Amino acid sequence: MTTLSRRKFLKISGATVAASAVATSGCSLGNSGAGTKESGIRTVATYCDLCFWKCGAIATVKDGRLWKIEGNPLDPLSRGRLCPRGTGGVGAHFDPDRLRTPLLRRKNRGDEEWVAVTWDEALGTIAEKMQKIKAEYGPEAIALFSHGIGGNFLKHTLKAFGTPNITAPSFAQCRGPRDVGFRLTFGEDVSSPERTDIRNAKCLVLIGSHLGENMHNTQVQEFAEAVGNGASVIVVDPRFSVAASKAKHYLPIKPGTDLALILAWMNVLVQEGLYDKDYVDQYGFGFDHFAASISTATPEWAYIETGIDPDVIRETAREMARYRPATLVHPGRHVTWYGDDAQRSRAIALLNALIGSWGRKGGFYTPQSMDVPAYPYPPYPKPLKEKVDNPGHRYPFAHETITTGIREATITGMPYPIKGWFTYATNLLHALPNDQETIRAMQNLDLMVVVDVIPSETAGWADVVLPESVYLERHDDLNVEWFREPFVAIRQPVVASPHDQKPGWWIALQLANKLGLEAYFPWKNAEEYLEKRVTAAGLSWDELKEKGIIRGQHQPIYYSEGVPAEFPTPSGKIEFSSPQLAQAGFDPVPRYTRPTQGPEGSFRLLFGRAPVHSFSRTQSNPILADMMDTNEVWVNANAAARLDIADGQYVRLRNQDGVVSNRVRVKATERIRPDCVYLVHGFGHTARGLRRPFGKGASDAQLVTRSAVDPLMGGTGMNVNFVTIEPAEDNHA
Amino acid sequence: MSSRYAMVIDTAKCVGCMDCVVACKTENNVPEGYNRDWIVQDVRGTWPTLHMEIRSERCNQCDEPPCVETCPTGASHVHDRGGVVLVTKELCVGCKACIAACPYDARFIHPDGYADKCTFCIHRVEQGLDPACVAVCPTRCMTFGDINDPNSQVAKLLTSRKWHTLKAEAGTKPSVYYLT
Repeated sequence: MTTLSRRKFLKISGATVAASAVATSGCSLGNSGAGTKESGIRTVATYCDLCFWKCGAIATVKDGRLWKIEGNPLDPLSRGRLCPRGTGGVGAHFDPDRLRTPLLRRKNRGDEEWVAVTWDEALGTIAEKMQKIKAEYGPEAIALFSHGIGGNFLKHTLKAFGTPNITAPSFAQCRGPRDVGFRLTFGEDVSSPERTDIRNAKCLVLIGSHLGENMHNTQVQEFAEAVGNGASVIVVDPRFSVAASKAKHYLPIKPGTDLALILAWMNVLVQEGLYDKDYVDQYGFGFDHFAASISTATPEWAYIETGIDPDVIRETAREMARYRPATLVHPGRHVTWYGDDAQRSRAIALLNALIGSWGRKGGFYTPQSMDVPAYPYPPYPKPLKEKVDNPGHRYPFAHETITTGIREATITGMPYPIKGWFTYATNLLHALPNDQETIRAMQNLDLMVVVDVIPSETAGWADVVLPESVYLERHDDLNVEWFREPFVAIRQPVVASPHDQKPGWWIALQLANKLGLEAYFPWKNAEEYLEKRVTAAGLSWDELKEKGIIRGQHQPIYYSEGVPAEFPTPSGKIEFSSPQLAQAGFDPVPRYTRPTQGPEGSFRLLFGRAPVHSFSRTQSNPILADMMDTNEVWVNANAAARLDIADGQYVRLRNQDGVVSNRVRVKATERIRPDCVYLVHGFGHTARGLRRPFGKGASDAQLVTRSAVDPLMGGTGMNVNFVTIEPAEDNHA
Repeated sequence: MSSRYAMVIDTAKCVGCMDCVVACKTENNVPEGYNRDWIVQDVRGTWPTLHMEIRSERCNQCDEPPCVETCPTGASHVHDRGGVVLVTKELCVGCKACIAACPYDARFIHPDGYADKCTFCIHRVEQGLDPACVAVCPTRCMTFGDINDPNSQVAKLLTSRKWHTLKAEAGTKPSVYYLT
């Protein structure tokens, strides 16, 4: 075992890009033997990991060095073109801030003081502690927070170990309310990639959805295509987003009042008889009750809440009716805003139902998938205890595991103790609201393991940090998505890992071996696993390796093409009024409540995405950091002038609970309302190992000390924090 | 008629995602801290009545390039195909006269000491490929081709759509066109 002080760790991590490149070419794949340097150009088909869209990509290696990554023309997701993050994925391999070797904590949690150890020692330590926790509390006392397809193998190991507590922030901190709202209405959710037929939409309504800044590739491509075809775009956003600049109608709504606007739109469609009566008659349930419930939600009523002119509300409602059914009211993705999010999402689902867009061209298509059997593993042991996150089903419509529920149980020990956390590729301290609660929970653990490619804030609190190979250096599970057309895609290594990083599948396998779970890993390496699945699907393994993608036959995707209109709700119809909700004590038709307002003189804190970054995971990528190395706080130009704050000036944000941000420059702009400010998420890093982005910009996550919990499904609405702006003491550095 | 390469960029479709900038960096090994292309968000009006044009900008590959005019060594020159303005780095002494002469601020001094800028990816174009920025753009807002060929996509776009060039008043006759 080598001892590694933090100073030395930093020094090791501090090697330059050039130095790590040398290390890479020295051990490049394709080398025929020691000392032989690879020359010439070769390409490898794989799929991207810069976000969860998983676009097909072709990586090019020149003289043994990773050169560039382009879209795979065979791939229906990327259609041969990646987004800027995917193109900049090269930087993930060369990132000098990467984790390089397994690390054991040396001092207190959060001190970021490490000892470098071997994989054997790291995994042995983990397995030993897991067995101890299992003996004392049962296997359910281990939880896994995982994001992305790379976590599949580790999930497998932990399921085999016997825990049901496997979760991801993508539910309760992101798309959960949307999926619940759509399930309650249509019996199905919009899945991922979303089944939105943006390409064929003649009218597209975006409510806070900032396509173009949010770079979910297919959606952005189809958005540009729709705009190019002259689609009528209606954008509802407190901020004049990129999408707003493409809109025919921009509705600069007061934050938190979207539901009032949606109800008023539906009121107009019903009152003026503009909705699709045939569709509603044929497929709808509880329409009369619904219509009566929204009869008072007039545009004049909504104006007082939203600030949107009643004439504009009528005009935009009529615009939606004019193009129906090819009018798509986009369901959004990150929709945990105000705590009424599942009901707001349900209202969006109902608006689409009135337009008749579900199942129709230009609305929501019915996705298809390739039939690729799961690997024939032995059955997992049945956990003796139910999941810990949602005791007594207090959030009755949560159909996935609630991260913050696991966090709470970890703090309280109720309904039973959680003593071990694994996190895979998710930085909980930037993803969950109230970072101090997350720290409290982590302090209660007997084992905290982080598997990641970079030393995130969360990694700083781990007992054991396991450095994973980046996606360009590893196999992962097959990508078999529900999409416009069936396909299967493979991720495979392009270059070797530059240091002692290992692929997720290898980590999961080795850990299983140490836990005595060998029976769950009948394969010896990922290729064996993948080949077995691909062959079982009747596909050619060689073809998949060569092309990266195999596409299935195009199937019907609209009702008009013969897809049966089926709604797996209790009534078997589209539920305009929901008996399920009524029975559980909730409004059967969404009802608006006014959002809480902040203290006098404060601004509501809003946050979103930039096209060149994903979450808090890419700020150390040298290519993407070169595009954008910090965030700015957007402040309305007049509001800034009133506060005597200049464009470009450094300020700090102070939230309602006295939390003060890192200093950040002001973007004084006409592009935002005077009652809110906006930050791009993912900046303001405090992890010392993230040397490039350390201290650059402000972290919205740090300021999100409060959240409004969705009573239907436990989602954490995070747009309920307010800040004041104060000049930073040092304005010029 | 000889060929004249041009780029036509549809500002209605461009979302300013910077994929063009990233692709240029990897394709051409542009060093950290430097860019051969960049994004401009041109905002007009006051909240909430606003207009924003988003442009992917780069060397305009001018028909009357002041950088070539001013270059004392002949490093900056017009390529024999397509009118593309290039720099022969071996001839460049890094005097920055071209940088001062360019109305578009499109050039920089490469850390290795020579003036550098967009080449319209002539190395790709001569293999029959589009420039890297055009090839990657997820919105497909960029089109590249020979504007002297009336059947080319670029020529057709300029006859069917409204467009403008940057700083037309400078008289440099840019070959990058922006559809509005």
